[in-house]
Amino acid sequence: MRTAIAVAGFLAPSLLLLLGFWIGPMLGTAWVSLQDWNLIGVPTFVGLDNYTELLSDAEFHAALGHTLAYLAGYLPLVLVSGLAVALLLDAKLPAMTLYRATFFLPVISSWVAVSLLWKWLLNPADGLVNRILGMVGVAGPGWWTDPDWAMPSVVLASVWKDVGFVAVILLAGLQAIPRDLLEAAALDGAGWWRKLRSITLPMLSPSLFFVTVISLINGFQVFDQVWVMTEGGPGGASSVVVEQIVKNAFSYGRVGYASAMSMVLFAVILLVTLVQLRLQRRWVHYE
Amino acid sequence: MSKNVLRYVALTLGAVAMIGPFAWMLITSLTGDAQLARIDASLLPDPPTVEPYERLGEAFPFWRFAANSVGVAVVSTLLQLVTSATAAYAFSRLRFRGSNAVFVLYLATMMIPMQVIIVPLFIEMRHLGLVDSYAGLLLPTLVSSFGVFMLRQAFMALPKELDEAAYVDGAGHLRVFAQVLLPLVAPALATFAVFAFMSSWNAFLWPLVIAQTEAHMTLPVGLSLLQGRYSTAWNVVMAGSTMSVLPILALYVFAQRYVVRGITFTGIKS
Repeated sequence: MRTAIAVAGFLAPSLLLLLGFWIGPMLGTAWVSLQDWNLIGVPTFVGLDNYTELLSDAEFHAALGHTLAYLAGYLPLVLVSGLAVALLLDAKLPAMTLYRATFFLPVISSWVAVSLLWKWLLNPADGLVNRILGMVGVAGPGWWTDPDWAMPSVVLASVWKDVGFVAVILLAGLQAIPRDLLEAAALDGAGWWRKLRSITLPMLSPSLFFVTVISLINGFQVFDQVWVMTEGGPGGASSVVVEQIVKNAFSYGRVGYASAMSMVLFAVILLVTLVQLRLQRRWVHYE
Repeated sequence: MSKNVLRYVALTLGAVAMIGPFAWMLITSLTGDAQLARIDASLLPDPPTVEPYERLGEAFPFWRFAANSVGVAVVSTLLQLVTSATAAYAFSRLRFRGSNAVFVLYLATMMIPMQVIIVPLFIEMRHLGLVDSYAGLLLPTLVSSFGVFMLRQAFMALPKELDEAAYVDGAGHLRVFAQVLLPLVAPALATFAVFAFMSSWNAFLWPLVIAQTEAHMTLPVGLSLLQGRYSTAWNVVMAGSTMSVLPILALYVFAQRYVVRGITFTGIKS
């Protein structure tokens, strides 16, 4: 009996909040996605109408495409540069903590501050990047004002912000690799590349798998940097899924339709995570 | 030897790429309007001026945004510590039917992104009359299944003999929790606190949706409004960005150990 009271008391605060503001709304998303509702009147049940409308919504398809394009640029760049930084930091030499700290500065800053900073750096007329390019005789592009360059601008800012996060996680993985393994390989005459391919990367694969999944999940939810840098523009050239959800729900008042988009986003994230979990058997080595 | 030189050269290039943009943020924030308007002007402020900082409060109640951010982050962090630690105690120390199933439910909510539930959450707040209020800003942030998971690991690492000795002395669950175990997991609490504070300080989407008047806006939302009200005054925007980065930078300098541990812990949980 005393235990029952204790369980209730210790669990209640978190459980009630979780049910009320996370699990409840998740079920709510599913329910609202079946309604036609503008928040003013009463919701009308429309079955799967919102979903069938999504199938022929060119704007949503474009946003989905841009989100995938963002991932196609962001993911390889952030993983490769993060791995490079982690390998560079993995040494018992002076000042390594200091270097690690500099890569971490963008990680602890907000997306809004980072996005504003890069919007200013990539300002076509008087941004620092184009001024430097101009000094060496290169005419810089219009960056976020140019439909072709808007998404690359967002990718650039995002990779810059997240490279330190990827590096720190991979660094922890690298430091867990037994040194004698690498030393034995060196004694057998294995060079730097051979050690990286045959020992370091396989031993690092659980950490690599983790950052890949996390980066994928976060990448599908890309919003802050797009909202601040381009607002999805110019001319919808960098619109993404979450930005479409926010616009439909809070600008056009179409909450049912926006919720259907949320469900699709959730399904895509879940699916990609499950596929990753299955694929990991092929390339992730646990000891 | 030369290998280490190469390593330092590469790392220094990387560090410049990381610090350079922040330096430019600071430099721009100290540049006067006249110089900023001239494309051929020198890169460094001549002379440096704090005028952009003084103008921060002109177009918007910038300092109100900053105070809101501090208040929300502090309250959210403290209450997340309470809700996470109590749940962690229940999952690590109390034996009850279905405890595993409930714990899996907690873990599963880690898979729910804020982006996916934002619409019903807003509708719920409307029903509760909490749109554009501090309570509305705070409520969804007061629980963290990540925090529960992290602190549960910390509690599990403590030997059960500790509790049993206290029970023999006549202590109840509340005393074992608060006076015996909690002090021993202080490093884990600090790690999670730093993590929670940073997430709250930097949060954008939910505050953007739920705060509708300037009275309840947080710094990131306020900052995003600074650009483009007139033609964007970049020195003022960079002054605001600098002000938003400074507190988190100070926290980082003093608690670097905990920040890095918190981030690597997200890696370990896989």
